[in-house]
This record gives sequence, structure tokens and C-alpha cells, in this order.
Amino acid sequence: MSLTEDLTTGSDKEQADRTSRNKLLYAAGGLVAFLVALALLSHVPGSTGQIAASMLRVAIQPQTAALAVAVIGLNIHFGYTGLLNMGQAGFMMLGAYGFSIAIWKGQPMIVGILAGFAAAFVFALLLGIPTLKLRGDYLAIVTISAAEILRYTGRLAKLENFTGAAQGIPGSQYRGPFADLSFLPQDTNWTFPFTKLTYPLTGTDDWWTRLVAWLVVALCSYFVFLLARSPWGRLLRGVREDEDAIRSLGKNVFAVKMQALIIGGLFGALGGIIFILPSSMQPDAMGRNLTFFAWTALLLGGAATVFGPVLGSILFFSVRIFLQGITDAVLPSGLMNTQQTEQFAWICIGVMLMLIVIFRPQGLVGDKRELRFNV
Amino acid sequence: MSDLATRDYADPAVRAQLVSEVDRAPGAAKPDPILVVDSVVRHFGGMTAVDVDHLEVQRGIITALIGPNGAGKTTFFNLVTGFDRPSQGAHWSFDGKTLDKTSASSVAQAGMVRTFQLTKSLNRMTVMDNMMLGATEQSGENLVKSLFKPLWHGQEREIEERAKELLDRFKLLAKKDDYAGSLSGGQRKLLEMARALMTRPKMIMLDEPMAGVNPALTQSLLGHIQSLRDEGTTVLFVEHDMHMVRHISDWVVVMAEGRVIAEGPADSVMSDQAVIDAYLGAHHDMDLGDDALLEEDAVKEMADEVAREEAEGKA
Amino acid sequence: MESRAVVWQAPVTKILAAFFLTILTLAAVAAVQPARASASASLCLPSANNSCITSTVRSDSGVIAGAEVRVTGPGGVDETLTTDEAGKFSLSVTETGEYTLVLVPESLDESLTVTNGSVTLNVPRMNRVRAPVFGVRTADYSATTSFSDQLINGAFSGLRLGLLLALASIGLSLIYGTTGLSNFAHAEQVTLGGMLGYLFVNQWGLGLLVGAPLVLIAAGFTGWFQDRVLWMPLRRRGLGLAQMMIVTIGLSLTLQYVYQFFIGASTVKVLVFNPTPQSLGPISYTYPDLIAMAVSVVVISLVGYALLRTRVGRATRAVSDNPALASASGIDVDRVIRLVWIVATTLAGLSGLLYSLVIQRGMRWDSGMQILLLLFAAVTLGGLGTAFGALIGALIIGMVVELTPVLGAPGDLKYASALLILILLLMVRPQGLLGRAERVG
Repeated sequence: MSLTEDLTTGSDKEQADRTSRNKLLYAAGGLVAFLVALALLSHVPGSTGQIAASMLRVAIQPQTAALAVAVIGLNIHFGYTGLLNMGQAGFMMLGAYGFSIAIWKGQPMIVGILAGFAAAFVFALLLGIPTLKLRGDYLAIVTISAAEILRYTGRLAKLENFTGAAQGIPGSQYRGPFADLSFLPQDTNWTFPFTKLTYPLTGTDDWWTRLVAWLVVALCSYFVFLLARSPWGRLLRGVREDEDAIRSLGKNVFAVKMQALIIGGLFGALGGIIFILPSSMQPDAMGRNLTFFAWTALLLGGAATVFGPVLGSILFFSVRIFLQGITDAVLPSGLMNTQQTEQFAWICIGVMLMLIVIFRPQGLVGDKRELRFNV
Repeated sequence: MSDLATRDYADPAVRAQLVSEVDRAPGAAKPDPILVVDSVVRHFGGMTAVDVDHLEVQRGIITALIGPNGAGKTTFFNLVTGFDRPSQGAHWSFDGKTLDKTSASSVAQAGMVRTFQLTKSLNRMTVMDNMMLGATEQSGENLVKSLFKPLWHGQEREIEERAKELLDRFKLLAKKDDYAGSLSGGQRKLLEMARALMTRPKMIMLDEPMAGVNPALTQSLLGHIQSLRDEGTTVLFVEHDMHMVRHISDWVVVMAEGRVIAEGPADSVMSDQAVIDAYLGAHHDMDLGDDALLEEDAVKEMADEVAREEAEGKA
Repeated sequence: MESRAVVWQAPVTKILAAFFLTILTLAAVAAVQPARASASASLCLPSANNSCITSTVRSDSGVIAGAEVRVTGPGGVDETLTTDEAGKFSLSVTETGEYTLVLVPESLDESLTVTNGSVTLNVPRMNRVRAPVFGVRTADYSATTSFSDQLINGAFSGLRLGLLLALASIGLSLIYGTTGLSNFAHAEQVTLGGMLGYLFVNQWGLGLLVGAPLVLIAAGFTGWFQDRVLWMPLRRRGLGLAQMMIVTIGLSLTLQYVYQFFIGASTVKVLVFNPTPQSLGPISYTYPDLIAMAVSVVVISLVGYALLRTRVGRATRAVSDNPALASASGIDVDRVIRLVWIVATTLAGLSGLLYSLVIQRGMRWDSGMQILLLLFAAVTLGGLGTAFGALIGALIIGMVVELTPVLGAPGDLKYASALLILILLLMVRPQGLLGRAERVG
């Protein structure tokens, strides 16, 4: 490689851009290789094939894309700005509620999306104003609390006609306009070549949703790439490192943090909308554990990187399926029932989160020198 | 006014003449104050950390703020720069603008930029990024404009050039792509100062610039501070180190127990009985900057460390 | 300088001894009746070929036996189930899709009102357990009791909950004070107390007299062990606080699923005997209520006394104030922190034990999360890191939670109201009620 020679040509900024671009290419290449390997393995007979097939299924499912979008938002919060947002599921829920309620009540889809964004915007403002001037853990406590308040409120029996209460809103009530946008044929099953992935082209849980969901992930990643390389992104990282230093240079730290909280929250809302597209709007599906999963995915992939959230989300879901499948296959039956293997997989996820944070805080693709945590 | 504007602060005689007319008493009026502070009071619990009635800081010269430990110097700095709130209504104005109750960032925007006792270099960012953050009015720091590179690319290049010049002057250019955390303590102090200069301040406030700095770097730091003054930047600094105060300051303000107890040129202040009492009360063995101590062993030690530092710098 | 051993061991032993003694005495007061929980006879187990819809029908006064639930769903499923003695019903289904469950009002006692009698749930695939929740409450819940009586009774429940929360939140606050760590896994320690209580008292039949001390010892051990193998090494590594906080989240997730691994979706209560509700004026209470409250008051007082009056307590406060200074003045900071972990987890264990003894809804694998938010609210309300603030905060939060339904807000919002109060307080007094404003720079 001619990396050293490059130093003499172009500005240093371009040089740094190039290095990060290379890194991104490696990570993306690795991910594609991983998916191809899964596709190939899924043809192996027996439990290996089954596990690989399920892993591939969850790797590309719309919920994974939805989590990835929410994690991209969380990355702006935590990775770039150092904000401890423990309520990303709340932002997701607001996006999802705004979208599903508006369409359910007969509004066009664009109104639904905007309603979701508006709700997340207001939520960010409300949370940010009292906490962004305080120490970081206040934001953590307030966001996790506020997200739970939202969930309790959404579940209220009295609001059944508005939020569908605890049962939520069935997907059939809001999926229509989105499915209508599809240019793919209705309800025809299609199998991705060389894989065992068969879904209707357009219908419930279909290829159309997958296509759009991953397209959104790509767009969001590009958006974050643009932000992160800009002076605004530099400002965020400065705030993450030391607010007082940034303040002493005449920057309005509060405004910067608020902008970051809002932008990341809007990504959360978008993730929430995608999250409910293939299923139904259930408030309990967007509880605090979803926030924790988002954190796990972020730290697994690598905070403060453009590609980390995507990689982390895909791996988060497939690793869990892998653990569950392998436990099922390896352990003699009778030692654990199927539910217990599922819980065992979750236990491993929890342990994995601890180990990553302790031993590899930069995640898979992060820069170790840059990403040690502060506060 | 034109007389003031054209004054050449680099000329020691001009500065001496300037301060010679000033009354040597706490709160004395200056011919052309850049910072005027009135009734700044801060309590912590039952203790009064700062209680300054009136203080003026002369434009264009180096003013030192000294005092024994716990005299309230850093708290006073925090109050004036908006990092802390006075306990009751205080007034201060900078370069003609009232800054009561303003935030730390607006104080900096007004042109009064500070550094910190415990250096706040952004350790997990590169030296260059540290510098670039110092530049003011960057259009790329606007959220919407940041998305479109052409809108900020040109300005970015200009800022980068200026940052390189400053880094070169502070002998940090070779380190521009290193993470700030990898620098030595003294280099980080220099970086912090260089970063503050990126904002093009009218007045720079240095909180113990020598604290924790390898003695070898002291001389070069002193040089930098003096050249800042010579270029027309007002300097106010807090310092324990009396040698430094003697060597470079044009005017010295002494604080003890939260109050300003004396003002004057270094020599006269250090023979002031109130000052000696304040220091003796705090530290019996306080060294009031006797030059003799700087000789022989101390000088040799410094020279050795300078050599070592430079060797490191090259590596 | 005195030897550290003297500074340490004497008061610690005394406090711990007094601590256990209190609990033993109070536990002895209760008639101890070992009771084994009986598993429901016709339990549905999910497999690759079927999913289960199973739940318990209950009202605020307990489970409802003999209630009828009509289930309709895909594949022509239309069945009417009747709840058993424990209020349970379960149905094995073999088709995915949306099922509708309707609680047949005629099958219920007239004194009951159905607030939510119809549930639609989705069975996405096989090998799942879905638990629909119906809303049923006694008709006289709000109708026949006067408002002031409800208020008094609510305040009593609030005090009870507040005391239980205080036990746990003092520990949380001490950990925060001495290490700066917001421990997201603290509520799992509370859950642990309940789980262990269930294990020792109900499953092993050890009785509360033996079981309770065992729970406390085991809980305290987890604190010692955690600090020994996890937190102390991490402190030595110089891990940042945000990083440590995320480690606690990982730990919280791990523990939650460990509990679920062992007890599944069931609810755990420590049942020593079937307590008969008694009443004193408008207040209705049970014997365990009084024991739990008395134990809490005594233990909280002991901890308060220890913090204020003993050397070890002063050392703890010194470390909270300024660890570097404390260390410089001869206090073994690591040892103080180790002790704080032990005390905090023991208190949390006690809190969980009492909680699952007296709180109607019992303890589930994920109860910790709900409790955690109340603990955070209490601790932040009182002022992060101040132990006495945590006590006051916990009492306020307990009251708010229990009085919200009385004051007319929907019962589902009772936790939400506590969190709302926290957010409002942060806007006016960010340092909390007893906290000090921080010095900058």
C-alpha cells in the first residue's frame, strides 16, 4: 500500500478520509463474506444448515434494519457526542406510534412519518432542556424513565381508541399505504438466488419491506458519514471529549448537544417506523430492553464509526440465533428446554456486552485510540 | 483614544510608563482597562471564596494574579469567564461590553479566552482537530451546512493553514496528526494555548500555565507569553511560581482569602507587608521569587531537561 | 495512627450482628409454616409444534377461580376455558396468527368489574408462550370506600413501598457516592432477594427463620463477590464510569435472563402462611406488612446510625466526599467500597425478600426493571450519592406511586407519575432535595 506516500499529496484531512474509507471497505467486505458464508452453509444438511439459515434470516430481517437505524441514531448520541441516552426505545416508540396512529386514523403515510418525527423532536427537546446542562448520568436516568412513562401511557386502557392500549395496533391497520407503494408484484413468493430465503415480494413480512428498510439504513449511514466528517462532527467529538474546553472556545455546547440529541432521536423514530412495518405496533416490544439491545449492537460494531451500527445490529441478531441454535444442537435434549436455550442465548448476550465494554470498548471496527469512554 | 490604539506594547519603556501612573492600591484605576470587575462574590457553603470589590485589568500588558493557596484565584477566573456563577449580582465588562450573567461561551466569543489549570486538551482527538476546534465562526459547524462539503471546504483549508502556522510557532507541527493524549504535559499546555489563540482572542487568561510543566519547557512558555503580549494580546495569568511572575509580568495583583489585597509592579508588590503577611500566613517557607535560587543547580537541571525534551520532540 | 483492623472489624461485626438479630427476632414473631408451591396440573408446554396461551385471571383482591375465557383464532379455534384454583388457564395452539380472548362476564362474581375483558394477541410462530392480561377489579374498589379512607390506606401502602424502596435505594446511593457508578443491576439484586427467599422458604421449606438470614448472607456474598471479581479489577484498570455503567447494564441483562432461565414467566411470592387481611380504621394490612415495615425501619435506622456514628460510617462518608483525600488520610478506600457493596447488596436482598413477602403482585424475572426506575427516581430525587436523601426520596416515591390511583389517575400510570415527578424536580433543583450544588473547576 502506498499510504505513506499519500502523506505528501493532498491535505491531511483527505488522507484521514481515505484511511477511514479503507477501513469501511474492509468491514463491509467482511460483512458480505459473512452473509455469503451463511447462505452457503444453509445448504448443509442437518442442524448446521438450519442454524445458518436462521442466522441469515434474522440478519436481513426488517427488524434488524430497524435496529440498525436506531443504533445509527444512538451512535450520534453516544459515539460522537458522548450523550448517555438510555431511552432510544422511547424515540422508536414515538416514531412508531406517530406513524401507525396517523395512518390508522386515515391520514396519508407522509403525515404519519412526519407525526413520528415531530413526536421524537418534541421528546428530545423536553428531555434535553432539563438534563443537557447536568452531568451525563442524569440524562441516562431521565431518558430511561421518560421512555418507560411513554410505554405506560401508551398501554393505558383508557387510550385504547387512540393507541390500542396494551395490545397495540395490528399491522393491518397501517401497513396498507406502505405496501401500495411497492412496485414489486403482489404476494408472489420469491427466493433469493442460492439461499433459502423465501418471502412474498409484497405482502406481510415481504421482500419489499426488506428492500426499503435496508435502503433506509444505507441512506442513514451516508448521512452520518457526511455529518461525521464535517466540522459539525468534529464539534460533537470535542463535546464528547471535554465540554468545558469547547465552551472555553466560545462554542454553544448546549445547542450542539441538543442538535445531536434531536438528530439521533429522529433516527430512533425512523427505526421505530421500520420496526413495526412487518409486524404490529406493540408498546411492550419497545421497552427498555430494546434500548439495551441497541447499546449492545452499537458497542459490538463500534461506536463513533459509520459502519459499526450496521455491522453491530446484524451481528447482534445473528449471534443470538447462533448461540441458541448451537445450544439446542449440542446440548443433549432434556438438559434445557427450548425456552431455556433461548434464555441461555440472552444470558450470553448480556455477558458479551460486559466483555466487549471491558476488553474491546472500540467494538469490531472502532478506533481504540479514539474510543475510550469518558465521563 | 488614537493615542491608546497606536501604543506599542512591545516596548518595555511604553509599558513601564503606562503603569507608572497607576496608583499602587487594590482596585486602582488603569489608563485603558480592558476588563473591569465590580463586586464579584462567591460563597461555597459558609465560606466566602471570592469577594472582589473592584478590579481593572490594563489592556496590552501582562498582568499576573498571585496569592497563596486557597486565595480564590481560580474561582475568580471561573467567575469572570462564566464557568461559575457569582452568589450575588456582580458586574463586569470586557472591552466595553457588559458580561454579567453571560455563559462561558459568550465570554469566549467576546474575546476573553481562557486555559485551564488541569489542561483540557481533547486527548482522543488529533492535535490538528484540537486546533481546528478553536477557530470561530465556522460555517461547517452549522448542522445544515455541514452536510454540504463545498459550503465549508474552503474555509476549512484556511483554518488549517492558520492552525499549521500556530503549531509551527509552538513547535508542535510535527505532532499534528498525533492524538493529543500522546503529548507530554508541557506540550499539552502549549497545545491548549495555541488552540485558545485560534479564536483570535483580545485577552487570554492562563490558569497556572506552569503547573505540572517540565521546567525545561518553562522558558519557551514564558517566551510565547511575552510574544503574545508583544503582538497586542492582553494577558492575565494565575501563577504560583514567583520567578515567572517576576520575569514577565508588567503588573501584579495579589489575592488572599478571596480579596484583592495589593496591586503594583512585581518588585513593589513583593515587598508589600500585606503580601508578605498573606504568604507567611499560608506558607512559612514560601519562596517569594528570589533570583538567586534560579542559579547554578537549578539552571543546570533545566538545561538538561530542555535537551531531553528536544530529543524526545525529534523522535 | 490506630490500626485499621480495629477501626474496621469491631463496628462491622456489631452492626452485622445487630442486623441479623433484628431480623431473626422479627421473623420468629411470624408463625412459620413451610409451604411448597404446587405446580398447576394442566400446564401447557410450548414445543416446536405448538405455542401456549396461558395466564392467570386476577383482580386486586386475588386470583379468580372458575372464570371462563373464550378463545377464538385461526384454524377454527373456538374454545371456552375455565380457570383453575390458582386462577390459571392455558391452551395449546398449533397455528400462528391472531387470537382473541374474551373474559365471559357472566362467569365472574357480581362484586367484580371487568375493566379490560378482551385481548387480542399474536402468536408469531410455534414454541412461544403468550400471556394475555385481563383487567378485573373489585367493584367496591373505589365505589364504597370514602375518599379520605382511600387516601389513608394509600398512604399506608405508600409508606410500606417507600420503606422497601428505601432499603434498596440507600445501597444504590452509597455505591454511587463512593464509586460514582450508577448501578443499573442494583434492582436485579432486589429481585435476587425475592428469588432466593422463594427458593429457601417455599421450595426448600426452610422457613423464614432460617431462610431470611440465608437470603441476606447469599445476597451480601454476591456483593462481595462482584466487587472482588468485577468492580475492583475494573477500577484498577481505570475503566471510565460510562463504561462501568454499561457493564452494569450487561450484568442486569444477564441476571434477568438467568432468573428467567430458572423460573420462566412465573411470578414468585414468598408465602409463609396465608395472611388474613386485618384492618385498623381505614387501613387494611396483613401481619407480614407490619413485620416488613418494622424490619425496614430498624435496619434503616441501623444503617443511618452506622453512617453517622461509627468510624466505618464516617470513613464511608469521607470516601463519598473525596476519595483521594480519604485515601491520603489513611482510609483504605478499596475496603470501604468493598464493604459498601456488601451492605448495599444485603440491603437490596432484604428489600427483595420483604417485597416478595408483602407486595401483592410478587416478583417476576423482570420486576427489577420497574423497581430500578423507582430506585433511580428515589435516589435522584433525594440527591445522587446522599444516603439520607435516598431515604427521603424513596418515601416520597413510595407515596406517589401508591397515591396516584387514589387521586384519580389511571392505575397504570402510578409508576409513570413517580418518574414524572423526578423529571420535574430536575428542572428546578437538579442536585436533588438534599444534594449540594456542584463546584465547577
